Amino acid sequence: MAELHVELVAADRKVWSGEATIVLARTKSGDIGIQPNHTPVLGAMDPQPVTIRQADGTTVIAAVHGGLLSFADNRLSILAEVAELADEIDVDRAERALAAAKTESEAAAQRRAEVRLLAATGR
Amino acid sequence: MGAQLRVYKRRIRSVTATKKITKAMEMISASRIMKAQRAVAASSPYANELTRAVTAVATRSNAKHPLTAEPVGATRAALLVVTADRGLAGGYSSNAIKAALELTKRLQSEGKTVDTYIIGRKGVSYYGFRNLTVAGSWVGFSDKPTYQDAKDASAALIDAFVTETADGGVDELHIISTEFVSMLTQNPVEARLLPLSLEETEANAEEQGPFPLYDFEPSAEGVLDALLPRYVESRIYNALLQSAASEHAARRRAMKSATDNAGELIKSLTRLANTARQADITQEISEIVGGASALADANAGSD
Repeated sequence: MAELHVELVAADRKVWSGEATIVLARTKSGDIGIQPNHTPVLGAMDPQPVTIRQADGTTVIAAVHGGLLSFADNRLSILAEVAELADEIDVDRAERALAAAKTESEAAAQRRAEVRLLAATGR
Repeated sequence: MGAQLRVYKRRIRSVTATKKITKAMEMISASRIMKAQRAVAASSPYANELTRAVTAVATRSNAKHPLTAEPVGATRAALLVVTADRGLAGGYSSNAIKAALELTKRLQSEGKTVDTYIIGRKGVSYYGFRNLTVAGSWVGFSDKPTYQDAKDASAALIDAFVTETADGGVDELHIISTEFVSMLTQNPVEARLLPLSLEETEANAEEQGPFPLYDFEPSAEGVLDALLPRYVESRIYNALLQSAASEHAARRRAMKSATDNAGELIKSLTRLANTARQADITQEISEIVGGASALADANAGSD
């Protein structure tokens, strides 16, 4: 099966890279699924977990807080200031952050905590 | 012990203590250079991809964006100077400041007013001492900058950039930082971040081959809106990391020569102390001999 190369890069480190069969992400104009040989695309992303399916059936989920995706020549780069893999996320901490953000009604912080929880627990 | 000898001994002790300190600082800086270089390397994938994406949008679309449009008759410019928080780093901070003052003079000769923004305590105190106006400053992270630090600084700069010139905004954004060439060479460099200089982007395009025809989500303008602030942040972040590596390298070099000088000083002081001790002994011997022969002479006379 054809595969595309994915580079998930945060501002200060490379978070994940490898081959995938499909990548699902949310751009500002809606969800987008990228399979191999997709037309070149450059999009600004909304904060939302990104799902990467690999050929062996495993799925990598990462919390990506905004940023940019660019796809060309079967190579997808996802750039975000902050990005973390689901298993790097501390669920308790994210829940505390969510509660704190709700009481202080900070929309950005709340969304950040929500995306983390969504990526880590699927809720 | 002679007074002279005691003075030498005391100076040797104090220079030895200083040498220990400079040696420790040298070794700390040496270990931090590696760490700082790793941070530069870790941030480069993001910076490279971002530069490529910005170049792609800028060359592939005819989108007009305030952050890329070359203003006609720019009258105000912002200048960000990256210096160190601490001294003892040789000419690191003063070289950056010198470059900043030169650039300021050049911009002023082109008829532009320059707003200076400073990172690092050394720059702040230099400008403060001379009563030069500073539009904004950030301190406390020059040896270990994080992305958040770069974000704070660039937020203020982008804010000034998008403000209308008449309301105190700026038309151009320059940055002076120190490029890490090698352990021995660090050069102050100036770069114009905004508006995006097209020569630079075209040079990159030639290196990497032609760009594919991208579809933009949601639109070229929307992508540019999201992209350019990130681009500025990442350029500033990269400049901060490079400068931090340079600072450590400059400090290591300065401390190495301080340690070497202390070693030389100890050597020559030891020589002087030895001579003084020897002179003391010689004098004592000649006094004893002189005393003995005087006694002998006196005894011979009484016989």
